[in-house]
Amino acid sequence: MKIITANRLSDGAVVYLAAEGWLTEITHAAVLNAHDAIEAGLAAAARAVANREIVDTAAIDVTVEDKGPVPVRLRERIRAFGPTIAFGETARAALAA
Amino acid sequence: MYRYDEFDSDFVAARVAEFRDQVERRLSGELSEDEFKPLRLMNGVYLQLHAYMLRVAIPYGTLNSRQMRMLGHIADKYDKGYGHFTTRQNIQFNWPKLTDIPDILEELATVEMHAIQSSGNCIRNVTADHFAGVARDEIADPRVYAEILRQWSSIHPEFIFLPRKFKIAITGAEHDRAAIQVHDIGLQLKKNEAGEIGFAVHVGGGQGRTPMIAKLVRDFLPEEDLLAYVEAILRVYNLYGRRDNKYKARIKILVHETGIDVLRKDIEAEFERIRDGALNLPKADIEAIDAHFAQPDWADLPDDSSELEVARRDNPAFARWLANNTREHKAPGHAIVTISLKPAGGPPGDATARQMEVIADLAERYSHDELRISHEQNVILPHVEKRNLKAVYDALAAEHLAPANAGLITDIIACPGLDYCALANARSIPIAQRLSERFADPAREEEIGELKIKISGCINACGHHHVGHIGILGVDRKGEEFYQITLGGSADEATSIGEIVGKGFSTDEIVDAVGKVVDAYLVHRHSKDETFLEAYRRLGQEPFKEALYG
Ligand code: SF4
Repeated sequence: MKIITANRLSDGAVVYLAAEGWLTEITHAAVLNAHDAIEAGLAAAARAVANREIVDTAAIDVTVEDKGPVPVRLRERIRAFGPTIAFGETARAALAA
Repeated sequence: MYRYDEFDSDFVAARVAEFRDQVERRLSGELSEDEFKPLRLMNGVYLQLHAYMLRVAIPYGTLNSRQMRMLGHIADKYDKGYGHFTTRQNIQFNWPKLTDIPDILEELATVEMHAIQSSGNCIRNVTADHFAGVARDEIADPRVYAEILRQWSSIHPEFIFLPRKFKIAITGAEHDRAAIQVHDIGLQLKKNEAGEIGFAVHVGGGQGRTPMIAKLVRDFLPEEDLLAYVEAILRVYNLYGRRDNKYKARIKILVHETGIDVLRKDIEAEFERIRDGALNLPKADIEAIDAHFAQPDWADLPDDSSELEVARRDNPAFARWLANNTREHKAPGHAIVTISLKPAGGPPGDATARQMEVIADLAERYSHDELRISHEQNVILPHVEKRNLKAVYDALAAEHLAPANAGLITDIIACPGLDYCALANARSIPIAQRLSERFADPAREEEIGELKIKISGCINACGHHHVGHIGILGVDRKGEEFYQITLGGSADEATSIGEIVGKGFSTDEIVDAVGKVVDAYLVHRHSKDETFLEAYRRLGQEPFKEALYG
């Protein structure tokens, strides 16, 4: 099972190909099984690159859990769910606690 | 302190306008990503895992309160309220929008800052001893020469497309605080027998995939020949450096494959050809730049402060901070303060917008408006009067900026790793956080003494693991994070590359593994006076191997 991911050109945000277009929430990502569906997803990504919507596209492996697709690789899980550490003011507040 | 001249400010303004145009052309489709990428990299803009990253240059780690305040403002307005100080004495913002970056660069330019030479295959920002200008053991201020090199190397047409990036570091004293022997060129200021100032020149050091210690190419180079000699080295590198293989393109490989004696001949021949030309540095030019780094007007004070002594006696936490985070200053009655960005459990090198603001205020009020960033990812207040140390400490402590751990085991260097970096194999920051929590007990930390842990999330070694007394390298083993330990590295005047001690450890195991190494040291050391590094050099790997795998 795969989903298609990229970074949005304008702000670099991680996005996923969904029925509605390129969305930031992985829960909405379209899960693709068949070879043809993956090829079609990558073709859509190539069009979005040409359209200057996104950059750095990839088809990544996922498993489907209750909450939706979860990437197999840690790197992709971190892209999907954010850094695994607190940062900025949250990190500072944690030190105060 | 040095101020950019008109040439610099016109040049930086032109670069910002040019980049604004490039971003617009990228968004309108005139430029493809392939065309745009090298242009954004020339302006410090990377695309990382979650967002763009902007790396802002802090040449030789020196900045003033206005500049620090601006960094805080950028963090607040355009980012998520924080920034990350790096081992290259730079700052990285992790979340800027591409569309905002021209505005960010424009705001930075108002305080004479920019992102030029912070990425790409050019001569990168020259790094220097973070105690430059104030250390008691200093022969001359290395920033003067770093600035000369900056002016010479910025947009030098011959050196914009080098085979690879090129890093120069300068230290002003015999004790190397700038890790010069793991740079492409390492310069150590020294005096010859006649008392003249010059440099020992080292070439071909580096970390990354193939760590190498630089070779001494010249024992004494007169200061007026600095640019001619560095240019001669760069020319020889530009001619022979391998452009066919990214992994073999650094000058260290050239030095290794060709041999320093052969290269020295080529460098010296080129140097002889150009030494009396336009690159010769007249004394007057050196003095003009030197004047920009003129010492501030230090108050005439006795070296001891009775207020300080009382505060030290009454407050053990303050006394500990004094012992670990302050150093002797050139001027009596003054101290150099290290603001540790390594709280127990915190991400190393990060500072929030508010913390940057507080640090800027302290610099303005107590440190002649000067700050330094160290390659160890801390901030330095270079000129604090001893009688003001308690006030500075109190202000820092209120903002979690007073960990008393400079140079100790929890003063860990860590690169961004897999939490941010697109090249990473494994996370660095969570390992640093767990280690700093494990060794957070001040009494134990002091018992252990000087011990530098350095962590990189991949072989590029931004976290300097090769030269950590204990180095930790994150690797990817079949999709799992693993951590390799190296021991005995060091980046001072007796530089050594750490040796891999055995098979790696999982995320769960790595903190205990470091604990075992430390315990073995405590058991085997002659006395508390023998540091970890000294004990390792005496004992070799065996007792540590035994502790880890026995
Ligand atoms: S060492 Fe590797 S993981 Fe760490 S910042 Fe450098 S490139 Fe990224």
